[in-house]
Amino acid sequence: MKILVAVKRVIDYNVQIRVKEDGSGIVTENVKMSTNPPDDNAIEEAVKIKEAGKATEVIAITVGEEKSQETVRKALAVGADRGIHVKADGIIEPLAVSKILQKIVEKEKPDLVFMGKQAIDDDCNQTGQMLSALLDWPQATFASKIDVKDGKLEVTREIDEGLETIEVNTPAIVTCDLRLNEPRYASLPNIMKAKKKPIEQINASDLGVDISSKIQQIKVEEPPKRQAGIKVSSVAELVQKLKNEAKVI
Amino acid sequence: MAVLLIVEHNNKELKAFTLNAATAASQIDGEVHALVIGNNCTDAAKAASELPVVKKVIQVEAAHYENFIAENFAPVILKLAENYSHIVCSANTFGKNLMPRIAAKLDTSQISDIIKVVSKDTFIRPIYAGNAFATVKSNDAKKCVTIRPTSFDPCDNSGGSAPIENADAGDEFTTTKFIKREEIKSDRPELGTARIVVSGGRGMQNGDNFKLITAVADKLNAAIGASRAAVDAGYISNDHQVGQTGKVVVPDLYIAVGISGAIQHLAGMKESKVIVAINKDGEAPIFSVADYGLEADLFEALPQFLEELNKLNTIQK
Ligand SMILES: Cc1cc2nc3c(=O)[nH]c(=O)nc-3n(C[C@H](O)[C@H](O)[C@H](O)COP(=O)(O)OP(=O)(O)OC[C@H]3O[C@@H](n4cnc5c(N)ncnc54)[C@H](O)[C@@H]3O)c2cc1C
Ligand SMILES: Cc1cc2nc3c(=O)[nH]c(=O)nc-3n(C[C@H](O)[C@H](O)[C@H](O)COP(=O)(O)OP(=O)(O)OC[C@H]3O[C@@H](n4cnc5c(N)ncnc54)[C@H](O)[C@@H]3O)c2cc1C
Repeated sequence: MKILVAVKRVIDYNVQIRVKEDGSGIVTENVKMSTNPPDDNAIEEAVKIKEAGKATEVIAITVGEEKSQETVRKALAVGADRGIHVKADGIIEPLAVSKILQKIVEKEKPDLVFMGKQAIDDDCNQTGQMLSALLDWPQATFASKIDVKDGKLEVTREIDEGLETIEVNTPAIVTCDLRLNEPRYASLPNIMKAKKKPIEQINASDLGVDISSKIQQIKVEEPPKRQAGIKVSSVAELVQKLKNEAKVI
Repeated sequence: MAVLLIVEHNNKELKAFTLNAATAASQIDGEVHALVIGNNCTDAAKAASELPVVKKVIQVEAAHYENFIAENFAPVILKLAENYSHIVCSANTFGKNLMPRIAAKLDTSQISDIIKVVSKDTFIRPIYAGNAFATVKSNDAKKCVTIRPTSFDPCDNSGGSAPIENADAGDEFTTTKFIKREEIKSDRPELGTARIVVSGGRGMQNGDNFKLITAVADKLNAAIGASRAAVDAGYISNDHQVGQTGKVVVPDLYIAVGISGAIQHLAGMKESKVIVAINKDGEAPIFSVADYGLEADLFEALPQFLEELNKLNTIQK
């Protein structure tokens, strides 16, 4: 069984982002970038399945500018076997990413595609579902537990009401929640070994799909700032303020 | 052209957030049609027809719609799509799971989680965990939009009498099977719509200590929330998580107890009308958004809080 894992390079989740003064976007120069956090869970799960003898190959793929290769390299350092970097500059919307992934899936014929449930930059939460629609595959989104069975997966999904369990036949798409597992750190020897693992580079323009933006970003602005209020000195004062000043209880 | 609102329901009743999504739909265009897909869902269709903003209800019935599997829903919606300029749904786990499947098939770039309708093609949505607001314009002929429910008021739920039409069911998608749903039932108000939310974080130390939160929540008729750290540590179940990767809440009063205030948590609660923080670390970032901050040990503060509440003659419900 072959598992393809999509990893995206995003601004590190610890960075306090800044909006550009001209409203054209977010400041990305000299900002720490890293792998989209749930994508680390997606790689970890794929590698664990391989270590359990249930998969034969784990391929990490990213779509993006030259530097997104680092994201694939990191996936190789924690156990992916090889990488694919589809080169594309500028804004690539989830629909375009899913069309690119569709082409790669048709070529690589994986049994499973693992991805993150949402990217923490645009918070779109779309790409996996779009890919499964394009392929007409089942989708198991927001996964917090995966059991691999013969030709099937049993997946526990985190939904608003609690948990839902579904069974999907392979080939299938799974989008991963942060609670799926605890991603490992890359050891130094494995980082060295990863440097020798192959990364195939493909130009998005050679795949014959329309990746032009269909959403025009008109402006990006800072949300209204919330002002810090006051500190109260006792619980009694707090309750009195909530009752008589804020009038919420 | 009209707007198609995908109704979220449990076959009997509408889910509360459908009313918020209906408001957003009616701001896009006055002609809102509500699509109710389910199994024995006549009651839900009737409830949808009573929303005054809805001009027509389309009901689609089949046994394989019982569990709301997106793979089964998508073909029905795609068949109806040609009559509509917009397809809208709440941006909760139901809508997030379903809408991209429709958008991809329509070759449309979906606009996720809008907080404001500027015009028929322009919307405002938060990005980077709500640290920036992007105004975006869709150039697609058909628009697929998910709505952040807490950013729109619920519409009236009575007084309407829209006609109900039936439409044909689609085929069953056989490679996805529903097994079970573990819903945590409680008599408490729902987290997403509660007037007051009391949330606990890692500072609670264990699941048992959450009874301190429960006692206060009971007194205030509040919903219970939690940080991701508290859920990850197993103190409380995932449906309580507030934040970027959990639920977004906008209550009148949000009480954060033993929560540091990471940006991913703030993303889910910083629009609350009044925020209270109880934390023993005076430097905790949660204090920078709190209207009332109490620097104290929660294990002393929560029992005192309950005591003070007990002294009040009346508490708003
Ligand atoms: C102002 C602005 C500037 C932007 N600039 C850039 C830019 O310079 N470079 C850039 O790459 N993007 C950029 N983007 C983001 C881009 O437009 C898309 O929104 C993004 O690639 C997909 O959306 P998402 O990540 O929120 O999708 P989601 O649907 O939330 O992502 C879910 C999952 O899909 C997979 N996935 C998504 N995208 C990729 C990918 N590219 N490669 C591999 N797997 C993926 C991951 O597994 C991810 O966890 C920009 C966006 C905006 C608004
Ligand atoms: C991609 C991504 C997505 C995320 N999504 C979310 C999300 O949706 N929601 C979310 O909440 N987090 C999310 N997180 C995690 C987030 O970054 C923080 O790690 C998390 O919110 C911390 O939870 P906490 O405040 O309970 O714990 P901590 O940060 O450990 O804070 C505990 C607080 O309790 C206080 N405390 C301890 N003991 C006491 C006491 N006796 N009395 C009073 N105060 C006490 C401490 O002073 C401290 O401030 C996400 C992270 C990532 C990377």
